[in-house]
Amino acid sequence: MESLTNRKVVVSDKPMTFMEKLYLPGIIKGMLVTFRHILMRRKTIKYPEETREFAPIYRGMHVLKRDEQGRENCTACGLCAVACPAEAITMTSAERTNADKHLYREEKYASMYEINMLRCIFCGLCEEACPKEAIFLTDRLVPTQFERGEFIYGKDKLVEPVDHRIDITKRQFTGKRTTL
Amino acid sequence: METFFWIDKLVLVVLLFLISLGIAAYQTYFERKLAGWIQDRVGPDRAGPFGILQPIADGVKMFMKEDFTPANADKWLFILGPGIAMFTSLITSAIIPWGTDLQLFGRSISLQVAEINIGILFAFGIISIGVYGIMIGGWASNNKYSLFGAIRASSQMISYELAMGISAITIIMISGSLDLRAIVESQHGMNWNIFYQPVAFLVFFICALAETNRAPFDLPECENELIGGYHTEYSSMKLGLFLFSEYVAMFVSSAIMAILFFGGYNFPGMDYFTDSPNLLSILSVAVFFAKIFLLIFVFMWIRWTIPRFRFDQLMHLGWKVLIPIALVNMLVTGFVVALYEHWF
Repeated sequence: MESLTNRKVVVSDKPMTFMEKLYLPGIIKGMLVTFRHILMRRKTIKYPEETREFAPIYRGMHVLKRDEQGRENCTACGLCAVACPAEAITMTSAERTNADKHLYREEKYASMYEINMLRCIFCGLCEEACPKEAIFLTDRLVPTQFERGEFIYGKDKLVEPVDHRIDITKRQFTGKRTTL
Repeated sequence: METFFWIDKLVLVVLLFLISLGIAAYQTYFERKLAGWIQDRVGPDRAGPFGILQPIADGVKMFMKEDFTPANADKWLFILGPGIAMFTSLITSAIIPWGTDLQLFGRSISLQVAEINIGILFAFGIISIGVYGIMIGGWASNNKYSLFGAIRASSQMISYELAMGISAITIIMISGSLDLRAIVESQHGMNWNIFYQPVAFLVFFICALAETNRAPFDLPECENELIGGYHTEYSSMKLGLFLFSEYVAMFVSSAIMAILFFGGYNFPGMDYFTDSPNLLSILSVAVFFAKIFLLIFVFMWIRWTIPRFRFDQLMHLGWKVLIPIALVNMLVTGFVVALYEHWF
């Protein structure tokens, strides 16, 4: 049969020749191989100082966006929670009062919004389901924690701060609105 | 004059002690670094720049660990084991001539602690005591793996010491002296013994690997068979002493190999420095250490290249290969020396 790769080696158990029995040529050959590896460039990325370059469509930690005037986009419609295959998202909705008009864009908002980062599979379906362009996945990593409970992210960790907007332009490949 | 003599020796001893331990510590660092490089990794680089402080961190870790003694262990022997291992590794450095004499304070200071005329014999005597540390440690642990490791260590050392001694005899025949300084002086001017005795060097080097329990002869402590071998039950600084003594032994045996085969502190062009003995002395020490470091590098290089022997292969190699080669080599050398000296 024709072999699929050129790496096939036929194994044989023929008796060793005298040169092979000396072992020394083999040992020297092996040592040259290891010496070559000493001189090779290392491909290690020293993580905290250097980070691996992310693909432009990398799906990392979520962000809940605000609009230009700093109002939360999310209206707690629940479509993201429905779309979520891992059932990681849960929320409670509430009605906006007149006093809160500068905080929420529409009449309804999420009074509680939680993503369980241990359940989340970072598939991005929440982002796709969202009709209000409120939730996006970013190129940020979910940091490690010591307790499982700390992985349930509430609004305090998910909503972007007004004065520190999170860039999501890389994720806007779906033809949605490109402004904030 | 007598007091000066003692002061000289005392300073030298303290210096040697510190240097041996320091080099052993940095050998652990370099070993890990080299292992990393050979395996396309970076190696330790977190503690200080390039991980330079790693040995200190390791030492502190060793001291902080719980010092545990197994319930049925023989307490005194358990303590004695690592002590002997460390002692025998360190004391061999006393007979090594580290360089030519220094001229300081109007006196000539010898860079050799004990100028005994049977240096090489002393070295072999001490090295063979070294097995007691391992043997006692393994026996006192009251653990079958430790005992296996100890038995392997002792049988391995006995087997390889013969070939080692026989290959050293050829060197003694060539230089005509047991004094290490005389052996070094006889190799003056690139008359290194390696050019006359490559076979003896090969045998000696392989035996040195086995004597220091280094891979591929690390059967006494093979992690994956014996869970550490003779130091399975050891913890804290007692374990540290065992591991450390291995590195000190590696340093000292590299020094002895450099003396016997690579001309010790001799280097080409030595005669140009006869006007400035101090410069010559410093240079000779530097050259000697360079040779030692090169040999240590080869030790480590071999460790990260060659897999471990099986025990029967080890015994086969020791008794049926190395000893006959060493014997034939000795006979041929003796014959040639006799012809050269016109004894017939």
